[in-house]
Amino acid sequence: MSLTTEDVEKIAHLARLAIGPEEGEALSHDLSNILDLVAQMEAADTADVTPMAHPLEMNQRLRPDRVTESNQRERYMSNAPLAEDGLFLVPKVIE
Amino acid sequence: MHEKTLAELSAGLAAGDFSSVELTRHFLDRIERLDGRLNSFISVTAEQALAQAEAADARRAAGEAGPLTGIPVAHKDIFCTRGVRTSCGSRMLDNFISPYDATVVERLDAAGVVMLGKTNMDEFAMGSSNETSYYGPVRNPWDTECVPGGSSGGSAAAVAARLAPAATGTDTGGSIRQPAALTGITGLKPTYGRCSRYGMIAFASSLDQAGPMTRTAEDAALLLGGMAGFDERDSTSADRPLDDYLSGLDAPLQGLRVGLVREFMENDLDPGIAAATQAVIDELKRQGAEIVEISLPNVHLSVSAYYVVAPAECSSNLSRFDGVRYGHRCEDPRDLEDLYKRSRSEGFGAEVKRRIMIGTYALSAGFYDAYYIKAQKVRQLIAADFRAAFEQVDVIASPTAPETAFRIGQKTDDPVSMYLQDIYTIAVNLAGLPGISIPAPQSGGMPTGFQLIGRLFDEARLLNVAHRIQQETDWHTLAPEGF
Amino acid sequence: MQWETVIGLEIHTQLATESKIFSGSSTAFGAEPNTQANLVDLAMPGVLPVLNRRAVEFAVRFGRAIDAEVAERSVFERKNYFYPDLPKGYQISQAELPIVGRGRVEIVLEDGSVKTVGVTRAHLEEDAGKSLHEDYHGMTGIDLNRAGTPLLEIVSEPDMRSAREAVAYARKIHQIVTYIGISDGNMQEGSFRCDANVSVRPLGEEKLGTRTELKNINSFRFLERAINYEIQRQIDLIEDGGRVIQETRLYDAERDETRSMRSKEEANDYRYFPDPDLLPVVIDAAFIEAVTADMPELPDARRARFQEQYGLSATDAAILTATRATADYFETVAEACGDARMAANWVMGELAAALNKAGLAIARSPVDAQALAGLLARIVDKTISGKIAKQVFEAMWAGEGSADEVIEARGLKQVTDTGALAGWVDEVIADNPQQVENYRAAEPDKRKKMIGFFVGQVMKKSQGKANPQQVNELLRAKLDT
Repeated sequence: MSLTTEDVEKIAHLARLAIGPEEGEALSHDLSNILDLVAQMEAADTADVTPMAHPLEMNQRLRPDRVTESNQRERYMSNAPLAEDGLFLVPKVIE
Repeated sequence: MHEKTLAELSAGLAAGDFSSVELTRHFLDRIERLDGRLNSFISVTAEQALAQAEAADARRAAGEAGPLTGIPVAHKDIFCTRGVRTSCGSRMLDNFISPYDATVVERLDAAGVVMLGKTNMDEFAMGSSNETSYYGPVRNPWDTECVPGGSSGGSAAAVAARLAPAATGTDTGGSIRQPAALTGITGLKPTYGRCSRYGMIAFASSLDQAGPMTRTAEDAALLLGGMAGFDERDSTSADRPLDDYLSGLDAPLQGLRVGLVREFMENDLDPGIAAATQAVIDELKRQGAEIVEISLPNVHLSVSAYYVVAPAECSSNLSRFDGVRYGHRCEDPRDLEDLYKRSRSEGFGAEVKRRIMIGTYALSAGFYDAYYIKAQKVRQLIAADFRAAFEQVDVIASPTAPETAFRIGQKTDDPVSMYLQDIYTIAVNLAGLPGISIPAPQSGGMPTGFQLIGRLFDEARLLNVAHRIQQETDWHTLAPEGF
Repeated sequence: MQWETVIGLEIHTQLATESKIFSGSSTAFGAEPNTQANLVDLAMPGVLPVLNRRAVEFAVRFGRAIDAEVAERSVFERKNYFYPDLPKGYQISQAELPIVGRGRVEIVLEDGSVKTVGVTRAHLEEDAGKSLHEDYHGMTGIDLNRAGTPLLEIVSEPDMRSAREAVAYARKIHQIVTYIGISDGNMQEGSFRCDANVSVRPLGEEKLGTRTELKNINSFRFLERAINYEIQRQIDLIEDGGRVIQETRLYDAERDETRSMRSKEEANDYRYFPDPDLLPVVIDAAFIEAVTADMPELPDARRARFQEQYGLSATDAAILTATRATADYFETVAEACGDARMAANWVMGELAAALNKAGLAIARSPVDAQALAGLLARIVDKTISGKIAKQVFEAMWAGEGSADEVIEARGLKQVTDTGALAGWVDEVIADNPQQVENYRAAEPDKRKKMIGFFVGQVMKKSQGKANPQQVNELLRAKLDT
């Protein structure tokens, strides 16, 4: 399995990563190698196998519908790179 | 004092031989003097540590001390610690002061444990050599030209060099066990769900698990008792009572059935590793254990399945790092897309980007079934192999890592060869089982590790077997020179 | 050419839980920005979701209300995309295994006929935060208070054939979710939002045309207008030789038109996969039973019962069951005053008019059901006449107290003392000799009408307080002899 630089660009966009041209080439090489490693599992016969999403056979626990939180805005927003009036700021979003 | 095990320090504190403040100062002093050669800490929290030590001494004076009260421990920098930088080894979180404590940290805190600082690690726990850290590689105290393994390489190096009596680690594909093997310490990955993942920065949610990194199995039992247990804030936390990990440590091994994985012992196994493994097996036999050869027919597929499952989950888990609410944000973003792309590209290192890319690809339209679903099916096959094996044996034994510590830079250009570091450990995470690595005889002057794998929630038995081996051998007592 | 419209709706209804679907933050509307966003809502590193039981119960309740299969096992998945109001970079939703499977509802069309609309599925998911586009130095502000609010997304089959039908369906869903108490249905606050998938095809054609999706419509009126605009736009486009492009469009209420949302045009690849932080939701028979046990009566059943039990017409029963609040109000009044017919007339008449004039919802009526029942009871027991009751109602509305207090304070009690009544009757007969003569000369069947004049005169003398029935009897006794 080999990935082209176009594939790499498309994936990088989905993942919101900026990949320079040189980096793109190195990445497509590395990713192709990793995919070759991954391709080994194709050999396994998994026709009647249920996919395993979790290591433990457990069901989702349900939490009582109670408000347990109080306003901690100041503390929680202290790491914000850019904020004003209690809002996180980002470049203008165009709808 | 640093030569003592955690259990000995606990006894010393109880006997009043020394105070927690003295103990804490001693280790802080060692870190200051010696860590320049190792780079095992990202942050040292001396002031807070001494305050905690004072509080621990006061608690002891009040007669309210437990076995861990006053014991200094280092936390892998993947655990959120309130008011302290929690970087996860990444530039992305270089400026992140966590507003809360991880459950594991909170529990140890409540037990009176003193935090010395936060240990270095592979960026977002992605790596097997600790070379992907934004804070530079960690050096192996046995040979500072070599890696300590990863991703919990800082914790491993710190414990091996006696800069901390014990440390916490996390293990997604071998990140506790492989560095434990490469630095000659004991590292336990508990059953998935045994330790809460709340506050542990996620790499691959269905594989991540926290565990103790210590010098002895007894110490691991002590520390695990403080870390583990049900947490209602983690939906994947196991709601079952905690075993007493200490009471069964000395049980004799007579009649224990130990499975030796045929697939792991054949092919091109390194002769030094093979000999080391055999030595531990011989010790088990000497103590009356029965060695049974077993087969895990699908185990050779675990690395390939893992490199779909783990990157897929990580690609999604790491989407929250977008430069909006915390973490690295690029200068003067032109627009929203620029904000995302530059913040993330500047904030993440090469290995993290590779895994995000692989995971994004594996989940994308048209590939989901071929990669993600296929990998989850292979995962099921591997788990079934283990279930079948545990019909015949009580524990499974194998080497921990395929080789001793390699030189810094040796594998950085070849991600795939790095991934193969975890061939013996990865299957355990896929199946959710507990696994422990203990020191085996050295090979070429460097530590090696012996891995024991148990049934789900059978940590007590792993600790028992490991402890019995350590009672009769001295491989775990060797210390690197100069530390 | 004759065109046929095909419409399917996706309705997002906010569930009326106290706390968020995966965290203990409050869901209350209108708080200061980011004061109701906790560590989980902010997607801090290391945090994990835990599912709110009530949200699951509400989804199950909805499933039972539309006669749908409730999935024994449903799975939360991650829908991955980047947007500033989506803090984790993914939305936790359900894709392959939703909690509620196929169900159906009945809607009444304009001609009175009943149409069944299929519900494909309903699934639980979390809401996103809000982007505030007011100017912060040319930047957008992000408020995550709403992030993590539980939503039930209800997806219909493409069964609707006109904007009217789509609105009737949306109203029906709105009626059900508010009736069963799983949502406040407040459209202004965004608790009930509709996306419409609209396409047209030549009449008789089986293949569906290319559809467009109209996003985030928050009123029934706009829903109808948006669909109608879009139908016409598509027909015009095709008739002019163009082609409909599959895209998301936004309805602009001010201009009454839909326009393309180019920013969302980018080919999305959401990379759904099961959320490894959450486990399968398993619902057993006991859970369903417990949820169904306290299930309120559904609107259709209640309408039928009202007709049966209270002898109401189909139209009146429909009006009185339009909302659960109205139905509850009516039923309380009817039971307490003992005259359902009168209760219906008052609720649909005086009360509805007063509420309408004041722009109030029935739940906020200054005269509550018990108070109105108290008033009607005084008509039933003949303390006051229906006419006086209207005066009393006005006074009650103005806050002058209960019916009895107003009657007492204003001295409106009906006069039933035969002596007093007889005096007024005699006076009226004496004052109107000509009318008396006419009355007595008339045929008995005409007299019935003519007696009304005398009753009116007596009522006037009594300032409305005379008991009209007694007056009637007294007059007959005097005039017929």
